[in-house]
Amino acid sequence: MIVWLLSRLPPLDWKAVNMRKQVPVQDGLFSGSAETVRLIGGRCIDCQNHVFPYQSGCPKCSGTEVAKVELGTEGELWTWTIQGYPPKAPPYVGDVEEHDFEPFGVGYVELPDELRVEARLTENDPSRLRIGMPMKLVLVPLTINDLDEEVVTFAFAPKDAGNE
Amino acid sequence: MSEVAIVGIGMHEFGRHEGLSGMDQGVVAVRRALVDSGLTWQDMQFAFGGSKSAGAADLMVSKLGLTGLQFINVSNGCATGGSALFAAWNAIESGMFDLGIAIGFDKHERGAFRPSTGEIGEWYGRSGLALTTQFFAMKINRYMHEFGVTHSALAQVAEKAYRNGAMNPMAWRREPLSADQIKGSKMLSYPLTQYMFCSPGEGGVAIVLASAKRARKMAARPVFLRAAAVRSRRFGSFEVTAPHLAIERSDGPTVDASRTAFEMAGIGPEDVDLAQLQDTESGAEVMHMAENGLCQHGEQERIIAHGETEIDGRLPINTDGGCLANGEPIGASGLRQVYENVLQLRGDAGPRQVPRDPRVAYTHVYGAPGISGVTILSR
Repeated sequence: MIVWLLSRLPPLDWKAVNMRKQVPVQDGLFSGSAETVRLIGGRCIDCQNHVFPYQSGCPKCSGTEVAKVELGTEGELWTWTIQGYPPKAPPYVGDVEEHDFEPFGVGYVELPDELRVEARLTENDPSRLRIGMPMKLVLVPLTINDLDEEVVTFAFAPKDAGNE
Repeated sequence: MSEVAIVGIGMHEFGRHEGLSGMDQGVVAVRRALVDSGLTWQDMQFAFGGSKSAGAADLMVSKLGLTGLQFINVSNGCATGGSALFAAWNAIESGMFDLGIAIGFDKHERGAFRPSTGEIGEWYGRSGLALTTQFFAMKINRYMHEFGVTHSALAQVAEKAYRNGAMNPMAWRREPLSADQIKGSKMLSYPLTQYMFCSPGEGGVAIVLASAKRARKMAARPVFLRAAAVRSRRFGSFEVTAPHLAIERSDGPTVDASRTAFEMAGIGPEDVDLAQLQDTESGAEVMHMAENGLCQHGEQERIIAHGETEIDGRLPINTDGGCLANGEPIGASGLRQVYENVLQLRGDAGPRQVPRDPRVAYTHVYGAPGISGVTILSR
């Protein structure tokens, strides 16, 4: 009986058990790990306008000196949608097969006094998203790369999700 | 300054055409426009033309005739056709030329536009962002929140598009769909369903232009190009493929292009008898009604419910079925709108002819990365 039970279990994936190394979808976008993630943006030295991702010129005043800054991690959802069909791959690196594809939320979150940043949302149910709800920055997995590393990108989660 | 007239229009059917290149569709459009004008390719003094995905327009001279004319390729995203027309208008208005042609054509792969994130960085597309459909959905979702536009209004806009498309032999989608069918189709990007979106497609359009002096001698019913304006985005506007937005908000390029065009033409929105507005999806038509000054923000719900944007309504919009029924071959899309307006102003639009002898017709295109083109035609 025990032998039969064991034969029904999937083989253990030791790499998954041993927590894969996480790598960012692109360097320079965010710093830190899951618990400490911060987006790396820019602030114009002349007019204090914020940008994300970092760029060398200011779109507001045409200034050329932009300082690298860590942006805030919490804000309100300004607008949103649900990506209901698989994006074309490339460029998308997540699951695109119809049966694997899980719709995902996309939105702009307003970081107070800084900017509105576009990001994936961890929530994909329209009835659980509303404009104005508080959100917080997190990291989410996108795919496993050829080096068996987990590729992660930034996203926003409802701030009260942990209390539900 | 010389007035500029449109003396010939030609179009290759929009849709999917196996075995026919985008450029060949452009060539067909040019030949049809020349027949319509009573002129030949040999008469053309200049050409401005472009496509997004179907090659450099000037290559078509090998099929049309190697006459040595000034041919300038135009590449300006969704405003490619509008920019070609703007350039042609300038070329004649300046007095440099008195006869020429604007050409737009395209052929795109099936499915949604593949994101091309260029300067922004690869992470943007790799992460599942950068889709144009997401932008349109998020813009209308915010707009519904601010101005109370309903899901029903979105379905009614698409229903009208397919109804008008059914009367247009050049349109891709000619099957009427009910508002319930549209609402009930697959939710692609909340709040927009499959039939509320247009699809990338194929087609070609050409427009022959002449100085007014020359036009009056040759054409029985010249239509005059009163204004053509193209504007890019200003700081603070909400545009497609933007990894961030400023908190400070400003009017988008549509508002700017529209105001400029009305000033050029010396008329106001109240003088417009019909309009072709960028309806990449039904929410875009709703928002663009107000951005083009044709109504106040929030009035759309009532205007649409009362049928005022139908062909026999107070302000007919997208009388040829718009992008929703015609699809979007990027290079050709803006000139399709001009083609339709010329037909309407001539009284040649057949079963979809706007009644009461329209005199002023308006076009508007919008596209990445935040560019709008507007034209105003009149008889």
